[in-house]
Amino acid sequence: MPTSDSAFITALNLVLGLDPALLAIVALSLQVSLAAVLIAALIGLPLGAALALWRFPGRGLLIVVLNALMGLPPVVAGLAVYLLLSRAGPLGQFGLLFTPGAMVVAQVVLILPIIAALTRQQVEELHGEYAEQLTSLGLTRLRRIPTLLWDARLGLITVVLAGFGRASAEVGAVMIVGGNIDGVTRVMTTAIVLETSKGNLALALGLGLVLLVLVTLINGAAHLLGEMARRRLG
Amino acid sequence: MTTLNQLLTQAIPPLVLEEVSFRHRGQPLLAPVTLRLDGCRRTLVMGPNGAGKSLLMRLAHGLLVPSQGRLHWEGEAPRQAMVFQRPVLLRRSALANLTHALAVKDTPRHRRKALAREALERFGLAALEGRPARVLSGGEQQRLALARAWLLEPRVLFLDEPTSALDPAAIQAVEAAVTEFHRRGTRIIMSSHDLHQARRLADDVLFLCGGRLLEHTPAERFFTAPTSAEARAFIRGELVVSPPPP
Repeated sequence: MPTSDSAFITALNLVLGLDPALLAIVALSLQVSLAAVLIAALIGLPLGAALALWRFPGRGLLIVVLNALMGLPPVVAGLAVYLLLSRAGPLGQFGLLFTPGAMVVAQVVLILPIIAALTRQQVEELHGEYAEQLTSLGLTRLRRIPTLLWDARLGLITVVLAGFGRASAEVGAVMIVGGNIDGVTRVMTTAIVLETSKGNLALALGLGLVLLVLVTLINGAAHLLGEMARRRLG
Repeated sequence: MTTLNQLLTQAIPPLVLEEVSFRHRGQPLLAPVTLRLDGCRRTLVMGPNGAGKSLLMRLAHGLLVPSQGRLHWEGEAPRQAMVFQRPVLLRRSALANLTHALAVKDTPRHRRKALAREALERFGLAALEGRPARVLSGGEQQRLALARAWLLEPRVLFLDEPTSALDPAAIQAVEAAVTEFHRRGTRIIMSSHDLHQARRLADDVLFLCGGRLLEHTPAERFFTAPTSAEARAFIRGELVVSPPPP
């Protein structure tokens, strides 16, 4: 058993030496999470904006459910997607289970509520300010969606990045639907779990470092973008 | 697009209010108003704060729905625009604010920029086209709002206290713009509590106090021989405090 000190040094060597096994895992993680964020944003942004603009019976309940789903435990999301995609499940014929595609689906389920719910809040607040002017200009509700999404873009970048943060950090859902298959569905978080349990602390630590740096970079970028735009747009 | 001549020859449909009143959460804010606005005139809506000026303008423009009574245009509702006391500008550049309005109006994409630049030029904002609209000064923002309204080619323009937060130079620019609109054949309905401004601009005056319409008279008669005690006090420059709404 290596001590954690030497494990740390080995980890740094792996990262700085661009170890191919490690790089492959990082690349797959990014692919899966970026695809999930892209899909969730394409659905969640207009959905959230629509929810901010339309009034219908059951709207309040829908908002409460959406807010609650923001805290959906990843393992539960994973289990639900597992049941849907398993051979006997309703979407079994696509044979997605234990593929990166299944992992994308699971992460979309996880972050769609976050993006939709936070978009709803931001767009509703902005619309409070814009409503009279937009009505005066004669904008239909449908036409308001692109106007408001674009004008709320600063806040929405943070929303999408929050979704990406959640997708790249979760382990429960991708573990269940991906299966952590070496070279196929092994991503950073599932690899860390596995390597730690195997006692291979070096690789686990190396991956942990990469994950940490990635999350920090994303948050830093979000912060910078927000500050820059606030200064520019007043 | 209609040409200037076409605009001038088409009559603007009259706006008719019949016993229009407004309440909010059971509170009456505007007592029944019966009124007809026609021609291509400049109507100034006057009265102290809380008199119901903004409310009447929002009802007329269609931003609010009357609680009771009927409000309608004789004929087809004309194109309208409204300029607010505090301009609501999009979080985009000055130019993009104008092209957005043109896009809403279904102006072909390739013509938008040129039209928008023309309007910026007209309102003395050409140098500021790339500037984010919300970091412009108050006067510049109001001129941008006027430029946006200009591009909509309204037959009826509502202005809700457009100069109340501006300095004299900016007020002059807004009043010049109002005159331009009027010359182009736009009916002006503008609220103000500034008597001097009303004297400069008004063809006729609506005087509101305490949520009641007290007078609707030609400007000359309003300033020389107002019929209500409130209006007389208002013109003498006394501090008229709007009583609570009806």
